[in-house]
Amino acid sequence: MLAALAGPDHIAQAYPIPDFRTVQDRITHIRRFSAFARENPDTTAGKDAAKTAKRARRALAQDNQTWFATALLRRIETRDGLRERLVAFWGDHFTAQGKNGLLRKTGSAYLEEAVRPHLNADFATLLTACVTHPLMLHYLDQNTSAGPNSRAARRQDRRRGLNENLAREVLELHTLGVDGPYGQGDVRQLAELLTGLAATRNYGFKFRRNMAEPGGETVLGKTYDSAASLAPIRAVLSDLARHPATADHIARKLAVHFISDQPSPDLVAHIRAAYLASDGTLSECYAALLDHPDAWAMPARNIRPPEEFISASLRALAIGPAALDALRPAQLRQMFLIPLRLMGQDWQHPAGPDGWPEADNAWITPQGIAARLEWAVNIPARLRADLPDPRVFVQAVLGPNPPPEVVFAAQAAETRSDAIGLILCSPAFQRR
Amino acid sequence: MTQPPLSRRHLLARAGLIGCSLAASPLLTPLTFASAPWDGRLVVIILRGGMDGLDVVRPVGDPDFAALRPTLAKGAAPLNLDGFFGLHPALADLMPLWQRGELGFVQAVSTPYRDKRSHFDGQDLLEAGTQTLQGAPRDGWLNRMLQEMPTVTAQTAYGIGQSPLRLLDGAAEVAHWAPDAALRLSPQALQLAELVMEKDPAMQAALAQAQLLSTTKDPSGKGGAAHLHIARFAAQRLRGPARIAAFSINGWDTHRAQARSLPQGLRHLSDTIVTLKNDLGAEIWGKTAVVAITEFGRTARENGTGGTDHGTAGAMVMAGGAIRGGRIYGQWPGLGEHDLYQGRDLMPTGDVRAPVAWIMRGLAGLSTSALNEKVFPGLEMGSDPQILR
Repeated sequence: MLAALAGPDHIAQAYPIPDFRTVQDRITHIRRFSAFARENPDTTAGKDAAKTAKRARRALAQDNQTWFATALLRRIETRDGLRERLVAFWGDHFTAQGKNGLLRKTGSAYLEEAVRPHLNADFATLLTACVTHPLMLHYLDQNTSAGPNSRAARRQDRRRGLNENLAREVLELHTLGVDGPYGQGDVRQLAELLTGLAATRNYGFKFRRNMAEPGGETVLGKTYDSAASLAPIRAVLSDLARHPATADHIARKLAVHFISDQPSPDLVAHIRAAYLASDGTLSECYAALLDHPDAWAMPARNIRPPEEFISASLRALAIGPAALDALRPAQLRQMFLIPLRLMGQDWQHPAGPDGWPEADNAWITPQGIAARLEWAVNIPARLRADLPDPRVFVQAVLGPNPPPEVVFAAQAAETRSDAIGLILCSPAFQRR
Repeated sequence: MTQPPLSRRHLLARAGLIGCSLAASPLLTPLTFASAPWDGRLVVIILRGGMDGLDVVRPVGDPDFAALRPTLAKGAAPLNLDGFFGLHPALADLMPLWQRGELGFVQAVSTPYRDKRSHFDGQDLLEAGTQTLQGAPRDGWLNRMLQEMPTVTAQTAYGIGQSPLRLLDGAAEVAHWAPDAALRLSPQALQLAELVMEKDPAMQAALAQAQLLSTTKDPSGKGGAAHLHIARFAAQRLRGPARIAAFSINGWDTHRAQARSLPQGLRHLSDTIVTLKNDLGAEIWGKTAVVAITEFGRTARENGTGGTDHGTAGAMVMAGGAIRGGRIYGQWPGLGEHDLYQGRDLMPTGDVRAPVAWIMRGLAGLSTSALNEKVFPGLEMGSDPQILR
């Protein structure tokens, strides 16, 4: 598992998703045409530009849904399943989303650029890539935050000043954790230190010196110099990444996500030790997670989140590119995006920067279970006309000793699609 | 571990039994459709993200207010409430309720949560209803209220929507549903689903509830945004045996350009209250208290980006015919430099749990000791603010 993860990212090459820069160029293009159309409303050229912009917007919206299918295909077809699960895990840890129409289509590209290349790196590298990414700077309002004594704030014509949103979430969610050793003063000082991280009008990264707070800032008792540059920001993120409280936070979160809602203290301590011994090298943390006996203990306890429930179901049924490539965007919406929302996981749009819940009972709700059953009974049959024999399928996916009640349901159901849906909704398949 | 092989006959019998036994399940005891022993209706809305109470119920009469909010004060003028406070113009649709005495507010209240200003811990404490999150019970205060009531059934309280509601977690049976969910399987497939999930208590319970509720159509058949579906569903349930409904409205984390972002959340809140009133009908609305609470207020000063950051005290919104509205409760702390909490936030002068406790005491007849020992352990309820009519 770890060897595959350390090797080349074959599945991403086979099923490509563009990086953020590429999508950002498309957004720039759309905005240029829209702006031209607004400035020349009653001319032929203006009307043509409006049409071009509209077409390009629609194409981006459709491509965004295609990227959903591409990510799904990666999970279905990969031989390196840990990689896809880690992309989901870290993408959730560093939740960022667009807050306007065009940027809402960039979630896949963000994962591709900020998360996916750094799965095996040290945590500081991943942290820095995500926290300084234009989508994160936009999502948590950093790109408009100016130091109170910066040149931008002192200009009289525009009121600008500090915004603590990103600084707080870096400490609370990304690094130390909410029980970590920081206070409001640290939030404030980190917010001042992060000033200057900004974006161009078209959401490219830009360090704006005129927004940076002059003078040193003290975070967790250490003073960072006053250079209006990225260097002190990199330094503070690197220190935060190496902090023991961050090791605790990350070790616990990995254990909860991959093993159980109530991980054993020993497992958490084991991962934490690996984190601290390796300066936060993530591959060492995964190795610690996997070589601990808890990782192999039965029974499976965590319920698969909705996205993974869907991809695991399709993988089990060998429903792959032949079926998914043929789907139109409207079908993708109807077969996947709407059901995911009903299961409680509106694709790429969790309610806040804390991402999706880890607790199983957040997913095992009446409405969530109803949505899983409805999906499992109806959708696979639409994607694969020749569903497998349920009596064979139950052995294939649940192993040589499947629970007798599932075996019974598999052969007692009235239709093959009911039988397949019931197997997929059995606790033995839904929990892992 | 080996299990005795189950015969087809045995399983069929069990499958059949489970199918028939839904009517006898603990979720559908004979008491299910009896009404609860109290007749008041309580709707709890969790406003996730930290609503800026100072922008919603603006202390325009406070001499320090305007200077703290130079940008935010520029837009449309607030609607006069009592001379001192003015209502955010995006809540204009609620003014008729204010005039009828069916809308009120409590200013400068907070949970006991202090200083870390985390949404997620703040919401956890708001829903736990305890003094701290350390060593506190893992259930929610609305569930503990149910535990204190006699003859509560699975139809007494509803949590509505797709997202979790921790204030309803706990030992008492609560129904959870989302109005746009459905479960359209054949009767036989449903029986088999029960069988398949039988050994997993959490899934089994969820499925049993889904079966009970999935026949419930969106009562109005009207379209509209998700929050309106939720309000209509809540009203439909509360017209029946339900006494409590809880759900969330998100979108209050207005760090930036608050003049544009806050009105959207306020319109959702206002539409929700108006829909509840219309769909409940005059008689039930007359017995209803709606309370909307948030994890914290926001900084007294606007920040450098036309918004506000995480703060401490905020406002609680109350509506309904059972409320003695048309007034603003709570003790105003002032906004001078030394009045502010840590020099930045509105100072909490009251515990947000206290008005909620007084409302529950009046609506459902809970004793003060049940409220300050069980439902909100450690709460000082203070003297009766007489929020209910």
